Amino acid sequence: MIRRRRHPRRDVGRELDEAAVTADELASPDAVLDIRGLQTVFRSDEGVVRAVDDIDLVVRRGTTTCVVGESGSGKSATARSIIQVVDVPGQVEAGRILFRPDDSRPAVDMARLDPRGEAIRGIRGREIGLIFQEPMASLSAVHTIGNQISEVLELHTDLPPAEIRDRVIEELRSVGIPRAEERIDAFTFQLSGGMRQRAMIAMALIARPSLLIADEPTTALDVTTQAQILDLLGDLKRERDMTMIFITHDLGVVAEIADDVVVMRHGKVVETGPVDQIFHDPQHDYTKELLASLPQRHSATRAVVTEPETPPTTTVGGSADESVRHTAPDVTPLLSVRDLRMEFDTVSGALFGRKRKEKVVAVNGVSLDVLPGSTVGLVGESGCGKTTLGRSIMRVYQPTAGEIRYRSGDGTVADLATMSEKQLLPYRRAMRMIFQDPYGSLNPRMTVQQVIGEPLRVAGMAQGSELSDRVADMLDRVGLKRAMATRYPHAFSGGERQRIGIARALITGPELVIADEAVSALDVSVRTQILELLAGLQSELGLTYLFVSHDLSVVERICDRVAVMYYGNIVEEGSAAEVFEDPKHGYTRALLSAVPIADPRLRGTRERIVYRPDDVPAADDEAA
Amino acid sequence: MVTQSTDERLDEPDEVVELVDDTGKSRTAVTSAPQWKLIWWRFRKHRLAQIGLIALIVMYLAAAFAGFIAPFNTTSYSGEHAYHPPQGVRFSFAEGFYVHPTTSEVDIESLERIFEPDTSEFVNLGFFVRGDSYRLLGLFDSDVHLFGPEDPDERWYPLGGDRKGSDLWSKILYGSQISLSIGLVGVSISLILGLFLGGISGYFGGWVDTVIQRVVEIIMSIPTLPLWLGLAASVPPDWGPVPTYLMITVILSLVGWTNLARVVRGRLLQTRDEDYVIAARLDGVPTNRIIFRHMLPSFTSHIIASVSLAVPAMILAETSLSFLGLGLRAPAVSWGVLLQDAQSVNTVATAPWLMFPGLAVVIAVVAFNFVGDGLRDSADPYGKRST
Amino acid sequence: MLRFVVHRVLHVIPTLLVVTLIAFFIIQLPPGDFLSSQIARMEAAGDSVDPAAVEALRTRYGVDEPFWVQYWKWISNILLHGDFGLSFEYRRPVSDLIMERLPLTILLGVATLLFTWAIALPAGVYSAIRQHSGGDYVISALGFIALAVPNFLAALVLAYIGFKYFGQSVGGLFSPEYANAPWSLAKFGDLLEHLWIPVVIIGLAGTAGIIRTTRANMLDELHKPYVTTARAKGLPEGRIVRKYPLRIALNPFISTVGWNIPSIFDGEVIVATVLALGTTGPLLLSALQSQDMYLAGGIILIVAVLTVIGTLISDVLLAVVDPRVRFGGK
Repeated sequence: MIRRRRHPRRDVGRELDEAAVTADELASPDAVLDIRGLQTVFRSDEGVVRAVDDIDLVVRRGTTTCVVGESGSGKSATARSIIQVVDVPGQVEAGRILFRPDDSRPAVDMARLDPRGEAIRGIRGREIGLIFQEPMASLSAVHTIGNQISEVLELHTDLPPAEIRDRVIEELRSVGIPRAEERIDAFTFQLSGGMRQRAMIAMALIARPSLLIADEPTTALDVTTQAQILDLLGDLKRERDMTMIFITHDLGVVAEIADDVVVMRHGKVVETGPVDQIFHDPQHDYTKELLASLPQRHSATRAVVTEPETPPTTTVGGSADESVRHTAPDVTPLLSVRDLRMEFDTVSGALFGRKRKEKVVAVNGVSLDVLPGSTVGLVGESGCGKTTLGRSIMRVYQPTAGEIRYRSGDGTVADLATMSEKQLLPYRRAMRMIFQDPYGSLNPRMTVQQVIGEPLRVAGMAQGSELSDRVADMLDRVGLKRAMATRYPHAFSGGERQRIGIARALITGPELVIADEAVSALDVSVRTQILELLAGLQSELGLTYLFVSHDLSVVERICDRVAVMYYGNIVEEGSAAEVFEDPKHGYTRALLSAVPIADPRLRGTRERIVYRPDDVPAADDEAA
Repeated sequence: MVTQSTDERLDEPDEVVELVDDTGKSRTAVTSAPQWKLIWWRFRKHRLAQIGLIALIVMYLAAAFAGFIAPFNTTSYSGEHAYHPPQGVRFSFAEGFYVHPTTSEVDIESLERIFEPDTSEFVNLGFFVRGDSYRLLGLFDSDVHLFGPEDPDERWYPLGGDRKGSDLWSKILYGSQISLSIGLVGVSISLILGLFLGGISGYFGGWVDTVIQRVVEIIMSIPTLPLWLGLAASVPPDWGPVPTYLMITVILSLVGWTNLARVVRGRLLQTRDEDYVIAARLDGVPTNRIIFRHMLPSFTSHIIASVSLAVPAMILAETSLSFLGLGLRAPAVSWGVLLQDAQSVNTVATAPWLMFPGLAVVIAVVAFNFVGDGLRDSADPYGKRST
Repeated sequence: MLRFVVHRVLHVIPTLLVVTLIAFFIIQLPPGDFLSSQIARMEAAGDSVDPAAVEALRTRYGVDEPFWVQYWKWISNILLHGDFGLSFEYRRPVSDLIMERLPLTILLGVATLLFTWAIALPAGVYSAIRQHSGGDYVISALGFIALAVPNFLAALVLAYIGFKYFGQSVGGLFSPEYANAPWSLAKFGDLLEHLWIPVVIIGLAGTAGIIRTTRANMLDELHKPYVTTARAKGLPEGRIVRKYPLRIALNPFISTVGWNIPSIFDGEVIVATVLALGTTGPLLLSALQSQDMYLAGGIILIVAVLTVIGTLISDVLLAVVDPRVRFGGK
């Protein structure tokens, strides 16, 4: 075990010489990076966490290697360990990190360099660039982006300031930032998310490193922006003849860009191989599990994979059901939204009294029908108004205008939009909601029993032992143990909490359930389980779902009908098959073309469509 | 120290791991513990807060039973013992606990009074002795004192004597009744104002909120002490101790509510937008139940923490006002009033023990700060992921 | 930037208005009309009172008029003529009395502020960067003590130590030989020699508080992703800290210092009284004790206005340092 604290100042040349390794020690002659037995450990008073636990990894020159895994797999810690910028108290404790910037030079074992020393600082930024997930947090808010990018050149070159500025502008332009000569003096909060990530890429690439490490660079971005950034990275890599390590949890992205894939779990590498082998001939069970949880786009049927022990009646979305649902135009809708409009007053520049009242139209006259027993998907990117629409229907907000017509079991239709809180009470039991955030939506001060039982209790529908019996039955239904009722939400994992949220929604015996991004906070494997649970409950209890999501693959998988939202409007609505196979609206097409296809063999078979209407405020900003 | 294997730790929800670490309790205990228990467990791990809490309990008990613990009344004095230095208790098997009585004479040159112990005489001290009569907790009349001279006519100065020859230790004990209670009473009034104004500010929003926030801002942006002094100066000097006490308390809280109002408003706004509150509305929970069952429990702990941090400020304010002669006035006894004697450097130089009431202030303030810090740190057992 | 400053200045106006109202309210607070009680007191002291002069004063202050009229007369005299009224105790214009002592008060305040900055910033940053080091513990322990000791007690203890062990009075801002001497370089030097004691005492609690917040902010910032980004660029550790987390932790630092100004004046009143300094604090106290309300109100007004201006300056400074504030950040 190598333990390095702070070394006394050493000569850089000597330090590099000591760490030098002859090329034949590398696993293969074309390796840029050869990691062996790497261990990164976080030691604290609370114990020891082996974030990276003895991994081997080889990156071939000119390729893209994707490191894929769920949260806690140690993939980010691996990325940071390579250039030894692990957060305290983490430390690279063992292993070799052989790095060979180009064929003409000897390799260096970076694990032997002092993490605070000059030698490794000469490699960081100049030979190896790094891009992080959250561009907002990863860039300083009080320095201009130009300042932060120039710094790399100031550090690693002797260029005069004027020339550095020119180089930075040029670099910003090459990563697709329009009006680069103005934007160079912008602060991060003045740029959109996509622009910020482009600035980050410019910063990582301006010194022309031979290796780029991208740590979940598109996770915080919308799918269309993600597509643009992925395309940009691909182009730059080709143009500049770079090697790239791409860290991600998204197998779709892996299938789109990877040459080699490394699958990680709990700090260990479980499988390594070329992308085609990983996707089409996975060896390890965990890899298979991950792939199984992938939504199969373009597959023959959208049937949900069901557990073998579940009775056959729980199968949902089978072709028989589907045809019934779709060929019944005479069925009156359960919910029918007409010209719904939701405006918010926002106060901008609230600091120091510079208050300007602005009206933000979140939902701009939307109409939507939901048939009983169907699942309607509401998709769109962040800020499109889909969550607001869902919440307006639930009457979390008081809609500005429009109607929300709800048909009760006895056939009477009522408009919920104008009802008082008191009149709404019976409908609050018939229409329920599942929230996105499994943490924030459960009151941490109440037991599971209290959380789930609350609606029955306040409605006087059940008390005492009857109440606890019904809660216990519900826990059974959603796959939790009855004994868990006395626990508090903090005792549960994200997936379990979402099950509690579902139990709370279903306890009143509702007809319509609005699921607001119900699975987007969960890891893929958990996500699949929750989707299966929802599907099972739907057929069991005859539920109707309005499924709000940004994730097209999830929507395609479980929905009968789909509505696409864009800037407060529904731009396209139709059956899932119509919308996904033959999208009519330009935005839907752009959106679909941006979704990564989780099959490396289909890579490049599809044209990327960019939707750029003239009348959209931020279009200029995001346009590539 | 918990050392678990990586696998085990990763499979548990982070919060359980954190709570187990924070509270030192087992996993099963933590998973079904309500919020107040988690807070208490975390608080218990906070050593300084524990010390502070014990110190406070001791001090408030001493204030409640001041008559019993103090050897003398506030009104008992002995002119010839003015500025008597502190007397340590001696012990011998023959005499038990005792001190030597002193004789004093005035040094002609320095004009200072010199006290000489008369070693041939003894003042015997004992437990549960009879002395000045007092009323315990406002209910029972008694004249039994925990520890003091066995002969009620003898004098004993454990912490020295003041200008008039009263026992400072007894006065500090009696003074704690006012000094410690004014903090609590003042903060209670502040809290009522803060809850009310912060509450309507956060609940109604809009222009009500703007106006109240501006008032808070203005009050916070001007120096409080001159303001307090100005207001306190209007309390007529001929008022009795009780009305003065009430008036001073009201004046202190009129200026002191702002911070609490801010805390209440901030918490209210934050909680109002929590998903679980929206969920409660969708559950059909009536508004008052949402407020009292769902929202209030989530921020009472924060309010208690803020309150316990506001009390020392009140105690200091009272002390400062009285010290400057514009707060309570003798014959009322508070730590600030006692410190008035120590205003001039010359007096302090001859009788440094007159600063003892200041020590009492420091201990009370530190204890409250420790407890407040501990409460603030443990107020939100789930706080770590809230950002 | 200019826009921001103008807005901020406009924002101050209602605050100032309220401040003047509060000051005048305090003037009006003592029961009975103040002129009569002053006259009664002067007569009791055996002074002769000229009825014509009394009548003149009555009209001048509008004693029989309603509150708002009296307020208007008072405030317009201040704004238009710099006339704060008359001190009955000293029988001199309030403005003269205040002007005699104000420069020293401002000097004391500014010196305390500078002292606070000079100590709190390096100490806070040091104890954050060297967290859990010996220096960190020493700073934290000292800070805790400084926070808990009320400043009048600190002043008393210091005065006692000075008197007992150095045989000299630590009170006052001048040595006896300079007290009434005209201003000279030597007198100024003497002033600085005496100034540090009240500065340290007044600044004690504030400094400790700011060290705590600065340390906490720095500790937060040191682990932010942008620090990792800077490290990944190849920046040396020292430069990373100076350029990034320090720069960002400076913003809460500046605003905390701004909020600290009111407490400096609070401390000034008490410490100046204990140490018998020739600043406005003791003057305010004696004015309040003798119900010399125009003097007291004038001092409260001036001190409050100074605080508001000080806070304004710190806000503008914050905008200079933080672009998010400057651009009314989203």
